[in-house]
Amino acid sequence: MNIPIKTKPLQARLSYPGLLLGATALLATSLLSGMHQVTKSAIAERLAEDLQASLGQVIPDAGYDNDLLASPLLIKTDPINSPTPDGLLRVYRATRQGEIRALAFRQVAPGGYGGPIQLLLGVDPNGKLLGVRVLSHKETPGLGDKLERAKSDWIESFTGRSLDNPTPSQWTVKKQGGQFDQFTGATITPKAVILGVKAGLQWFEQQQRLLLLPIVPKPLAALESATSETTDPSTHYPPLEDAHDPLL
Amino acid sequence: MTPSYRQIIGDGLWYNNVVFSQFLALCPLLAVTSTATNGLGMGLASTVVMLCSSLLVSLCRKLISKEVRIPIFILIIATLVTLVDLAMNAWVHEMHKVLGLFIPLIVTNCMILGRAEAFAFRHPLLPALLDGLMMGLGFTLALVLLGAVREVLGSGTLFAHAGLLLGPAFSGIEITLFAADQGLLLMLLPPGGFLALGLLIAAKRLLERAVQQKSA
Repeated sequence: MNIPIKTKPLQARLSYPGLLLGATALLATSLLSGMHQVTKSAIAERLAEDLQASLGQVIPDAGYDNDLLASPLLIKTDPINSPTPDGLLRVYRATRQGEIRALAFRQVAPGGYGGPIQLLLGVDPNGKLLGVRVLSHKETPGLGDKLERAKSDWIESFTGRSLDNPTPSQWTVKKQGGQFDQFTGATITPKAVILGVKAGLQWFEQQQRLLLLPIVPKPLAALESATSETTDPSTHYPPLEDAHDPLL
Repeated sequence: MTPSYRQIIGDGLWYNNVVFSQFLALCPLLAVTSTATNGLGMGLASTVVMLCSSLLVSLCRKLISKEVRIPIFILIIATLVTLVDLAMNAWVHEMHKVLGLFIPLIVTNCMILGRAEAFAFRHPLLPALLDGLMMGLGFTLALVLLGAVREVLGSGTLFAHAGLLLGPAFSGIEITLFAADQGLLLMLLPPGGFLALGLLIAAKRLLERAVQQKSA
């Protein structure tokens, strides 16, 4: 005689909730990694377009014939004050027939009212500003946000300036004897940007020789041997490398 | 017992409105409503996630055991939000630039978890979908109203940058009432959000009382 085996329904088993949770997590993870694979290249393209657009605003369109994004100069920066999460500052160089016509790089203005302000500076080889844009900021809406190009043309007052125009002591707001307008009700914000731009220009002046080294187009295969060849012991490079990096 | 469709619609949009009656989802609400356009975008994105979450939870409600339902709801919602975030970043990038900051906030939107637990888990597919849609639209309504009040008082515009969010065809609804300098800055800051929300809730109560007295 058969004794009927009592089988509990699946859902009544003690292990069911755990298995269910595990299965759901597995499903969720695979969905997410699938989606990541599908969207990865499209997102990278969009980000490159964004970067191209903001570079286009600080480097005038005409006057160069290379792909700005193709080979940025990568410079290791102090990780604490780094403008980028990976600690590498990217300097984008616009060239015409191999000759550098303009450079663009990011700069942090630490003294903003709502935290650091991220700037993008475009300069010509002599250190004259071609354009400045604010990439991101947390300034008070309505007071400090006049630094956005969409809200006011204040940021254009930097165009054509350089470290000796105006004189160093005049690199501040008019209220303090400087050359630049302050905003009604907000002095800290424009001052922070002015000091940030000035610091960027000073950095450029210090690094000018390195930043303006001619770009030698190298075939990819020769890259590895080239890195050891070009390191001439007589010129002391700071940690600096010319890499074809897809990272933006 | 499943309520009638009419009742679901009324509850979602007005009587049991997420913001004005349940006081849920205040974090994303106050964070994004400095303009009506931002509110609209956030509302629509939340509605999409809300619909998908209602669909999944209602379909799987027989499978999900009661003991682990909350972590499973959270997994479902967080996955949906991340999928929407990735998809928007890749394919509607301009909109993602406007809303990108706010999308992760949808995960913490108690409206979605609340409706999954209170409604979708206990009702069949169709009512659950309708409830999701109506709650989402009710939330959108609250976001747009609050955004409009704050935007008009704070920066003197209405639906600024709508063209950026909805496409150039909609740039016609952008209205400028007065120059931004004369705006009431307070309304754009977080305290202004609380003030405007309080006033809107009071207005809703007054309206309901007036209707009640009239019918009594």
